[in-house]
Amino acid sequence: MAASFGRFRGSSTYIVSEELSNSVNVAIALKKPLLIKGEPGTGKTMLARSIAEALGMRLLVWNIKSTSKAQEGLYVYDTVQRLCDSQFGDNDVSDVSRYIKLGKLGEAFVSPEQVVLLIDEIDKADLEFPNDLLWELDQMSFYIPETKQTITAVHRPVVVITSNAEKELPDAFLRRCIFHYIEFPDAERMKEIVRVHYPNLEKKLLEQCLETFYWIRSLDSLQKKPSTSELLDWLQALVLGGISPRRMGEEIPFLGVLLKKNQDVEALLWSLQHPRGSRRPQFHGR
Amino acid sequence: MFTEFFYLLRAHGLPVSVNEWYTLLEALQQGLAGASLTSFYHLCRAVLVKSEAHYDRFDQAFARFFAGVESPEGMPEKIWEWLDRELPEDHVVRQLGELRQYDLETLKKMLAERLAEQQEEHHGGSYWVGTGGTSPFGHSGFHPGGIRLGGESRNRSAVKVAAERRFAQFRDDETLDTRQFQIALRKLRQFTSRLDGAKTELDIEATIKETGDHAGRLTLVWNRPRQNAIKVLLLMDSGGSMLAYSRLCNQLFQAVNRSTHFKDLRVYYFHNCIYDWLYPDAACRQSTALSTAHLLRTMSPDYRVILVGDASMAPGELTRPGGIIEWGLHNEEPGYVWLERVRNHFEHSVWLNPIPASYWEWVEGAYTIGLVRRVFPMFELTLAGLEQAIRQLKARAACG
Repeated sequence: MAASFGRFRGSSTYIVSEELSNSVNVAIALKKPLLIKGEPGTGKTMLARSIAEALGMRLLVWNIKSTSKAQEGLYVYDTVQRLCDSQFGDNDVSDVSRYIKLGKLGEAFVSPEQVVLLIDEIDKADLEFPNDLLWELDQMSFYIPETKQTITAVHRPVVVITSNAEKELPDAFLRRCIFHYIEFPDAERMKEIVRVHYPNLEKKLLEQCLETFYWIRSLDSLQKKPSTSELLDWLQALVLGGISPRRMGEEIPFLGVLLKKNQDVEALLWSLQHPRGSRRPQFHGR
Repeated sequence: MFTEFFYLLRAHGLPVSVNEWYTLLEALQQGLAGASLTSFYHLCRAVLVKSEAHYDRFDQAFARFFAGVESPEGMPEKIWEWLDRELPEDHVVRQLGELRQYDLETLKKMLAERLAEQQEEHHGGSYWVGTGGTSPFGHSGFHPGGIRLGGESRNRSAVKVAAERRFAQFRDDETLDTRQFQIALRKLRQFTSRLDGAKTELDIEATIKETGDHAGRLTLVWNRPRQNAIKVLLLMDSGGSMLAYSRLCNQLFQAVNRSTHFKDLRVYYFHNCIYDWLYPDAACRQSTALSTAHLLRTMSPDYRVILVGDASMAPGELTRPGGIIEWGLHNEEPGYVWLERVRNHFEHSVWLNPIPASYWEWVEGAYTIGLVRRVFPMFELTLAGLEQAIRQLKARAACG
């Protein structure tokens, strides 16, 4: 395994910090799930996509909802279909395995080649959900009583789990994971990220935008700070709207793309009228 | 030598388990740490720390164990002055490859020697201690393996990245571990399928029966999934004497608030005792007050009531008309009457007291605690107490 260590270095559309790529590689080498936390919009979900792309593997996504059960990730036994079939004699009903539908985790196990499995937003589910998956993630196998069959992973999938910290995860589960917290990128890294998405963006405009963006983020009064994805949307809006860097220096156009809450917009306007300290960019003609 | 690091981490309050430690050793055996202290640091953090709230403690422990931390006290005053100066223009560094990597011991020794030699401040350049440049000592400069002396890091290669404590803001001294309370609260449920909602569950028994009744023609019977029917009313004391327990009460509040399994959850606040008014937020402002009588009229008796308070007050606040502590307010009826009214309206209610039960007879408010206990079953606000309280709330035939 050591030979393949360090395989992940980010991909053409996704910039990773060295810390993050280290964590990914450690998780792969130690064959443990990688738990990713971070502010919304720091690219947690994108990471799995990027790992799959960089390692040339297929990506399976298991989106967790508040109603998700751990069992659904393994398999679902479609009783109703079987009953219907028995009525109309369409299929061979005596073959139970026809009615066992594998979930995302099951799918990842039986896949003939190694895959990346993303368990997205695990904290959305019930409190006990992560505990219910402990054995399966540890042993990489589960038993289907209906068919008396044990599904064992052909290749241990690379498991990436994301969490928005809406709920705390159980200790037993955490102990088995490699953990990484994605920090909000600083201005330098943000420039790289923007470059990946908009290679032709005018340098002056970008700098002007980032200055404004990080100033807005530094306001304590905001309920929801704008994130990377909002910045990217905003930049696109600015480019499409043909905003010149000069105008950027005087006002904040398309503010609604950055701030989604009325209170936040008001808080920002208030801060503009009551400047404190020198961190605020100078909004006047130059 | 490593085992000491393990105990140091635990001493810093990190819940590192033996399992995780083994994982780290396994990783080291596989050579995942690479050759540098920085990647070793990242490896340790990824394997041993499971919450960004613990990053800061880890940084401190790491810095303490592996570097003896850059201690401002230990450094000559003059050097700090040099380092505090403005940063000069960046010089382009061309011969980075020629810069030698030193190990920490050598660096420390060299730093000591150089400090002894150096007589003035330096910015830029490759030898003296100062800002910028490529000397291994100082800050804002570039040297692949130098010691950063205070200031802001521009290039992150200094081995003492941990000492920066970038994650101090994520410490969890404020955010509370509520999971245990949440687990306890989960027991507060009573399933019923009589509530509204789509019928999505297949009732196998009924399906077989119906199918049989229809001479084998498949007839599917669906049920509503069972749901928790329990509604909760949380009444919290936000009086001055409760300040000492605010952390604990906060913990309970968060746990209750995050428990999504209740059919309904209402939270109101009171000040020391319940009178004519209840308040929707902890500030207890009269402008937002709600009439207690109105709430009692409109809320069905099947709400489970959890009162949280220290029940410690002046006896008059409980027993006398006009005993209310709030200046400018008057209560016609004593607080005691209001408490009984709450007790009688709802079928199930408990009082949680953050004061440990063993003190109830002895603390200053012992008299009023005794009075309140005559009205409500009282439990201490601990995990065990909460569990007892929940058992009481679930009991069907409670007096009322």
